[in-house]
Amino acid sequence: MAQLSGLGSRLYSGETSFNIIGNRKRWYSISAIFVLISIAALAIQGLHLGIEFKGGSSYTVNKTGTTVEEARSAVESTGVSGELIVQKIGDSKIRVQTGTVTPAQSSAIEDALASKFSVSVESIDTQIVGPSWGKEITKKALYGLIAFLLAVMLFLAMAFEPKMAIAAIIAVVHDVFITVGIYAVVGFDVTPATVIGFLTILGYSLYDTVVVFDKVRENTKSIAASGKNTYSDAANLAVNQTLVRSANTSIIALLPVGAILFVGAGLLGAGTLKDLSLALFIGLAVGTYSSVFIAPPFLAALREKEPAMIALRKRVEARGGAAPVASEVRAVRPSTGRGPRNQPKRKGRK
Amino acid sequence: MSTPTKAGKSTGRPARALAFLALILVALTATALLQGSTSVRLGLDLRGGTSVTLQPRASNDANKVTSDAIDQAVSIIRQRVNSLGVAESEVTAQGSGTNRQIVISVPGDSGRRVVDLVGQTAELRFRQVLATGAGTGATGADAATPASGVSAEINAKFAALDCTNVANLQGTGADAPTDTIVACDRTGISKFILAPAEVLGRQVSKAAAGIDTQAGNVWTVSLTFNGEGTKAFGALTSRVTSLASPQNQVAIVLDGLVVSAPSINEAIPSGNAQITGNFSQTEAQDLANVLKYGALPLAFDRGEVQQVSPTLGADQLRAGLLAGALGLLLVFIFSLIYYRALGLVTVGSLLVAGALLYLTFLVLGEAIGFTLTLAGIAGAIVSIGITADSFIVYFERVRDEAREGRSLRSAVESGWARARHTIIVADMISVLAAVLLYFFAVGGVRGFAFTLGLTTLIDLLVVFIFTKPIVSILARLKFFASGHPLSGFSAKSIGSKNQISQHVSAEGVEG
Repeated sequence: MAQLSGLGSRLYSGETSFNIIGNRKRWYSISAIFVLISIAALAIQGLHLGIEFKGGSSYTVNKTGTTVEEARSAVESTGVSGELIVQKIGDSKIRVQTGTVTPAQSSAIEDALASKFSVSVESIDTQIVGPSWGKEITKKALYGLIAFLLAVMLFLAMAFEPKMAIAAIIAVVHDVFITVGIYAVVGFDVTPATVIGFLTILGYSLYDTVVVFDKVRENTKSIAASGKNTYSDAANLAVNQTLVRSANTSIIALLPVGAILFVGAGLLGAGTLKDLSLALFIGLAVGTYSSVFIAPPFLAALREKEPAMIALRKRVEARGGAAPVASEVRAVRPSTGRGPRNQPKRKGRK
Repeated sequence: MSTPTKAGKSTGRPARALAFLALILVALTATALLQGSTSVRLGLDLRGGTSVTLQPRASNDANKVTSDAIDQAVSIIRQRVNSLGVAESEVTAQGSGTNRQIVISVPGDSGRRVVDLVGQTAELRFRQVLATGAGTGATGADAATPASGVSAEINAKFAALDCTNVANLQGTGADAPTDTIVACDRTGISKFILAPAEVLGRQVSKAAAGIDTQAGNVWTVSLTFNGEGTKAFGALTSRVTSLASPQNQVAIVLDGLVVSAPSINEAIPSGNAQITGNFSQTEAQDLANVLKYGALPLAFDRGEVQQVSPTLGADQLRAGLLAGALGLLLVFIFSLIYYRALGLVTVGSLLVAGALLYLTFLVLGEAIGFTLTLAGIAGAIVSIGITADSFIVYFERVRDEAREGRSLRSAVESGWARARHTIIVADMISVLAAVLLYFFAVGGVRGFAFTLGLTTLIDLLVVFIFTKPIVSILARLKFFASGHPLSGFSAKSIGSKNQISQHVSAEGVEG
């Protein structure tokens, strides 16, 4: 931990610097590969949708000593056609999932299971989902997503700059794509709880990006005046300066999510907690990556196209100051050095 | 560079902010006590129960899903659900405008009955009365005169029907329009044998309550039928009007219960009828509403039925709380290792945030019927991360300032000035996400969004009136100000080689 603090200091001073912005093509390529894999997986395999989206019913019997065969034969005896998925959850639970059923069929299944395992009908946990329900919640989730992205873009454009809003949204879309892609590749069940997880990732990823951008904005406020650094240099320093914070935040965010995942998967077996925390766990990791490796480089690329920034780059290069950085990690000089400050003098200090 | 500039000026503020926090805590506790709420209201997934979500659908082109129709459907379903007699049952419409779902939640293990009850579509029907009797169950065969032309089976059913038994007033809506049925009236005073339906609710085009001045200012209900209804009602009235009582009565039946059974005084071929009786204003308006909205048989797609046994509910509650405790503990350990004594501020802030959240849950449970669901607990746990992050942003900022050579007292203030902006903007994004999620989603997602938004707001409050003031106060202590190895502000942990007042200059990416 102490080493991490020390690293924080070296990153802050610029003594140690990861060239994140300069290597943008590398990050873009990595992400592009993942996005392509995601699209391919979505196209070929698709998502493994839970009954909430397909319609169907699910019955969970709490009883030890049940077998999959018993449950299957009990349900089949009611004459329910279609695909049956029967699985044991832990030692004491068995779950049967069916396709779409009518209320009468559902009652028959409950009765059959209750008499087979001699439990009361009330003790069976049941979920019945109509065939059109999935469309309804998907529609709502999509509306929510679009409204959210628009609102965030507007908000960021006002609170920061329009280009930051664009870069942040690109990073978020990237996160969603890759997370969904991982779900398609691995074949995890997608339930409404998963969707909640996805939507939370959006908020979280943006939150993370905002913290980085806030520093970028601070560092780049007066670069044009000072003429010492290009926009990319200043942005890269900001990313490095917030790197320790990003790492800490990710750890702290992942700790409780990991706890939910552990408890949800370990104790309950399946359900809201597991689905939610799994989506969050994956999404948080992707979100942290994008707020460091995707959003800032993209922002820098956008800003570097501005005439003022091109002029600045020319001036900086003429001074021979900031040469394009080649290596990923490099120690510049011992921290006791008293060279000129790399950062613009801060305004607003009273 | 390192002159402590603003630190002296803000001396009085930390105490004031902490006093404000104390005031909020006391006010919330007092409110909770006054409301008499001692425990957080739990959702059905945590204590067991059945929830049914219905998606309204227009049954045909003429009957659009309107806001009024949904409201009426909610009240019809609420009546049915209340008849179950289960405390804290709820029927609400969620969403906005005509795109609302009806969500029925009934605690306990009455699942099957709830599902049966609410699944039926309410439809108003007009049936000729064949026989009538007092609502009490038959003690002998003489309870009512058996109607002629009715099967013995129906007569036996009729004789046995006890309308004083609440179970028979549930309104199951299980009456097929083509059957001869036995039914109670809504109040349970009388019972009826009713002929197959001849006019249906959707054939009523208008109904209104009004005062008939000619008959001596009595409340009446007038109704108008559409073309089809006019013909059917005309045929029905002209046939029964000459019959002996009670067969000259036409029962208005909603949901298997007789709402009213007026006698027909004359054949009504015009399609305009008026019902008179000793109506009070409320009775007349209720009847008009039944006629009007019963005539809008909204169909429902059963969106989702979820039945959670109390055992599973208890399991989920335990798992949720365990996950929360575990998550909190891990975050505590991490902060203490990384931030040393400063980590105690994080721990304290999270505990304060937790206390505020718990009290808010208590107050909101009573005030707006807030219930904590499993998704809600998950939202709260996830927000531990966001809350803790506010402290990280702040602490890292203070360390940055110290690296630039400021004294701790000065760094705490100038770091705050910058961190504040970041924290506010970042939290706003989180609140924005929560608000939009809440309005666009149904069911579990709403619970999640609600707690996520609430906890983010609480986070903002805590960081402003607890974390910052506490850090300001601590910065004056010698333990922190001198950069003690365990303070979290030691030269080693923030990386400056000398004391924190030492100016460390940076040589960024240049060179």
